Amino acid sequence: MRPFDLIRPESLDEALKALALPGARAVAGGTNLVDLMKLSVEAPAALVDIRRLPLHEISLGADTVVMGALVANSAAAADPAIVLQAPAISEALLSGASGQIRNAATLGGNLLQRTRCGYFRAADWACGKREPGSGCAAATGINAGHAVLGTSPHCMAVHPSDLAVALLALDATVHLRSRDGARRIPLGDFYRLPADTPHIETALASGELVTAIEVPLTAPAKTSRYLKLRGRASYEFATASVAAAVLVEHGVVAEVAIALGGVGTVPWRDRAAEAQLVGRPLSAPSIEAFCDALLAGAVTTPANAYKLPLLRGAIHRALERSATS
Amino acid sequence: MTTSVTVTVNGSERRLAVDPRRTLLDLLREDLRLTGTKKGCDHGQCGACTVLVNGRRVLSCLSLAVMAEGADVTTIEGVGTPDALHPLQAAFIRHDAMQCGYCTSGQIMSALEVLADPEVTTREQIAEAMSGNLCRCGAYAGIVAAILDVKAHAPV
Repeated sequence: MRPFDLIRPESLDEALKALALPGARAVAGGTNLVDLMKLSVEAPAALVDIRRLPLHEISLGADTVVMGALVANSAAAADPAIVLQAPAISEALLSGASGQIRNAATLGGNLLQRTRCGYFRAADWACGKREPGSGCAAATGINAGHAVLGTSPHCMAVHPSDLAVALLALDATVHLRSRDGARRIPLGDFYRLPADTPHIETALASGELVTAIEVPLTAPAKTSRYLKLRGRASYEFATASVAAAVLVEHGVVAEVAIALGGVGTVPWRDRAAEAQLVGRPLSAPSIEAFCDALLAGAVTTPANAYKLPLLRGAIHRALERSATS
Repeated sequence: MTTSVTVTVNGSERRLAVDPRRTLLDLLREDLRLTGTKKGCDHGQCGACTVLVNGRRVLSCLSLAVMAEGADVTTIEGVGTPDALHPLQAAFIRHDAMQCGYCTSGQIMSALEVLADPEVTTREQIAEAMSGNLCRCGAYAGIVAAILDVKAHAPV
């Protein structure tokens, strides 16, 4: 691990000042960043321990819930308001990592975690995400676990978060702060496709901190479910996952939101495809037509093409679960 | 360059000067010579380094020692004694819940939180709750049986 300066701010202002230093990175749970620092994939000049900041609360409003960036994954998963009014969030969190990691990991860190692509994590392979412009070893390497949506010749690494997939289906907003002020970004605009700059993953600016995540508590959110398929039953990243929230009224779909994990370079959602489902019965043919539209742009390799039929099955199951919730 | 850190380990307050890069795992093993906590993968994938920090199980290999400032840490050395085993330690022996024993201290530290969780009652739920602790010898059946046994007969 490369040496770094340790900064332990007591207030948000102090933290934002520290984060404006060149090469500064915020750390909270450390479950991803410390691991990557051990691998020398991450080498911040300064580590800003933000855990003393007052961002540990879950605030329930009339029609939204605001979760502080420092809320532990395990705490959010067990929060009664989340469990009852946005169950996909709880299910996604509980499907991720292990009990130990969920206790340490925080919601803000979860959104900013890096891909588990093996070529990104090992410094002796080409990776444009780790070293801009160096190419993509996964494109011609072992890519059975890699993305089929949102890829580019420069990167096909999967975004690893389960939480972000649930939040995307629920129209969450990310609250950001920097010394220049505060702003809010819909989660759907937060993640950046790799294109030819795979090292730029989010809209987070230099010196900016995720302070909270806001989730509207809607009628479909109450029926939201998270289905995760993976190579082993627990403690594994998604091969394909689906967060689904559907409201069926008078036999037809009134509202629907479907987000995908494990298959995209970013958490994936296609609102135009969703619109095709609205006003139609939630039936096998209508879901298949939705999948056709959703996956029309998918790019597969011989090794990861299996993800498409896997995903179709997962979408059927997740919608069925949500519709009967 | 070192940074001062004060942690309470198994009830004793310890003040040390550490390299900021030192993990909590290395602080426990190298500085405090508490070698019951094991280094398995050192990357958060095996659970051998599990300890309790402020009463919650975490991976000490992914925690920087400086981030444990002011924390209350419990390691396997703080759970039971050779003459008065914790009920879970006794159950691990009774159920033959180990072969080589390398993962055992992490299994026990992790299981302490599972024991205290009233929502986890079935074999399947215990297996899920313990999925962060790998056992390469494959003693899982005994580990789950030991936890079930203590849950049923010696609530902690």
